[in-house]
Amino acid sequence: MTVDKIQDEIVDEFNVFEDWMDKYNHLIELSKNLSPLDKKHKTNDYLIKGCQSKVWLHAEYRDGRIYFSADSDAVITKGIISLLIRVMSGRKPEELVNADLYFIDRTGLKENLSPTRANGLVSMVKQMKMYALAYHAKEQKNGKQNG
Amino acid sequence: MNFNVEKIRKDFPILHREVYNKPLVYLDNAATTQKPVQVTEEMNRVYETINSNIHRGVHYLSDMCTGEYEKAREKVARFINAASTNEVIFTSGTTGSVNTVAFSFGETFVSEGDEIIISALEHHSNIVPWQMLCERKKAVLKVIPVNGNGELLMDEYEKLIGPKTRLVAVAHVSNAIGTRNPVERIIEISHNHDVPVLIDGAQSIQHEKIDVQKLDADFFAFSGHKVYGPTGTGVLYGKEEWLEKMTPYQGGGEMISSVSFEKSTYNRLPFKFEAGTPNFAGAIGLAAALDYIDNTGIGNIAEYEKDLTDYAVSKLSQTENLKLIGTPAHRTSVISFLLENIHPYDAGMVIDKMGVAVRTGSHCAEPLMGFFGIRGTIRASLAFYNTRKEIDVLHNAILKVKEMFR
Repeated sequence: MTVDKIQDEIVDEFNVFEDWMDKYNHLIELSKNLSPLDKKHKTNDYLIKGCQSKVWLHAEYRDGRIYFSADSDAVITKGIISLLIRVMSGRKPEELVNADLYFIDRTGLKENLSPTRANGLVSMVKQMKMYALAYHAKEQKNGKQNG
Repeated sequence: MNFNVEKIRKDFPILHREVYNKPLVYLDNAATTQKPVQVTEEMNRVYETINSNIHRGVHYLSDMCTGEYEKAREKVARFINAASTNEVIFTSGTTGSVNTVAFSFGETFVSEGDEIIISALEHHSNIVPWQMLCERKKAVLKVIPVNGNGELLMDEYEKLIGPKTRLVAVAHVSNAIGTRNPVERIIEISHNHDVPVLIDGAQSIQHEKIDVQKLDADFFAFSGHKVYGPTGTGVLYGKEEWLEKMTPYQGGGEMISSVSFEKSTYNRLPFKFEAGTPNFAGAIGLAAALDYIDNTGIGNIAEYEKDLTDYAVSKLSQTENLKLIGTPAHRTSVISFLLENIHPYDAGMVIDKMGVAVRTGSHCAEPLMGFFGIRGTIRASLAFYNTRKEIDVLHNAILKVKEMFR
C-alpha cells in the first residue's frame, strides 16, 4: 500500500469520531498495540528531546527498506507514534523523502505536532525524514559505484 | 466581604467564550492574566486620541501623552508605595527588570569572588541573569535550598550569607508550586549583613498588598501582564540610593542628557534606565489595571483568593492518586500536582479538551523540578475572577483523565 493510501485509511478511521475524547481513546488503544522498542534502544542515544514528553526512535535499514521502532513516556504521544510508524515504516527511503504527511492535518492531530507543543513528535518526523534522506543518498552513491 | 465575582467576571469578556464547544475555565493565571475592558478601552483611547511620542515633541499630543505616561508612573508609585517616582522604572516585564539589575548593579558592585544568593524556587528569569552576571564577573552563585514541602530552609540561608554576598534575589511567590516565601525575614537577615535584596514579585503583585517601603525591599520587579495589565509592560522598583549609583543598562534616546562623540552624560532617574521610546500605551494601560485592582480592593481580592485556593487544595488533595507537588504552609494561588502513573502531558491534553486551561511542564523552573525528581507537573493557578464552580470543572476533568488512562 502506498503512503497516501495508508494515510487515507487513517483519516477515515478518525473521521468516525465526533468527540475529542473518542479520538484520544482511540490513540490510547493504538498506543497499547505499538510494538515495544528494544530496551537497548531506549537510551539517550535514541532520545529525541521534547519539552514535555520523551520520544525514542530507532531506524534500521534492511533490504532496501527502513524499519522504524519508537516509544514515548506519554500515552497520547505513543498513539501518534504508532500512526507514524504505520505510515512510514517498512518503506523505501525514496518514498519517505517525498512523503507529504497530510494525515496529521486531516485527523485534527496537528496541534499535537505543532512546534509549540514541544512533545518531541515534530522532531521525530524530522528525524524519520533525515534517516530516509541519509539512506537515500547512500543508495545513490552505492548505485553509482556498482554501476 | 464586599466582593461580587459575577459582577467582576462581566468585566472580562474572554471569560465568556467557549473552547472546544465548552465554556472556558481559565486556570493559567500564573502564566498570564486576562484583561478587563477597563484596560483594553484605556489602551484604545490612547491610540485613538493621544498617541504620540513622549518627552520629545512640544506639540499638543506629545504633551498630553507625556503627561499621562508620567501619571501612570505616579499610579505605580502609589500602588506599591514607592517613596518617589524616581524609583519606578518601566520595563518590558519582570525578566527585563531582573536583567536590568543583574547588569547595572553587577557592573557597579560585583567583582571576582563575590557571591549572589538566589533560591531553589526561582523561575529561570531569576536564575539565568545572575548566572550570566557570575560568568561575566567570575562571581559565585549560591542557592538557598528547599525542604520536601517546597519551603526555603532559612537556617541554610543564614549560613550562605556572608561578607562576600553582594545581593540576594528571591521570588516572593514560587510560580511553579505556589510557596509564599518569608521575604520579610529574608530582607531583615540580609540587611543585617548590609546586603541589598531583589524581590521577584511576578507572582505576588496581583495577590497581596505590596508596600515596598514597609517591606524594605531594595529592588522589586513585576510584570504588567500578570496583574491584569497589557503584555510587554513591567516595573522595576529600586531604592534611589542604589539606582543613582548604578550604571545604565541600555543606551539610546531618552536615557541621556547630552551626547557627543567624545562623551555622553546620562539623564536623571528614572529616565536613565528607560532607553528608547518606552511602551507608553502599555504603561497607561497598566495604570488602568492597577486602578481596577484598587477599586476592587486588594484586601478583598486576597481574601477571596485565599478561600478559593483553600477550596481547590482541599478538593484536589482528596482526589485518589493525586499528589500535590509542593505543600507549603503559606501558599498563594498556585497548585501543582501529578496523577499517579499518568504523564502530565497526557493529562494536560485531555483537561484542555474539557475546556480547562492549565499548564503542564516544568514551568520554567527546571532546577526545582529536578529537586522533586520529576520532569514537570500539572499546574492550576487562580485569579479573583475564578469560581468554586470552575474548580469543580477542573476536578471533573481530572476524574475523566483517570478514567481514560486507567
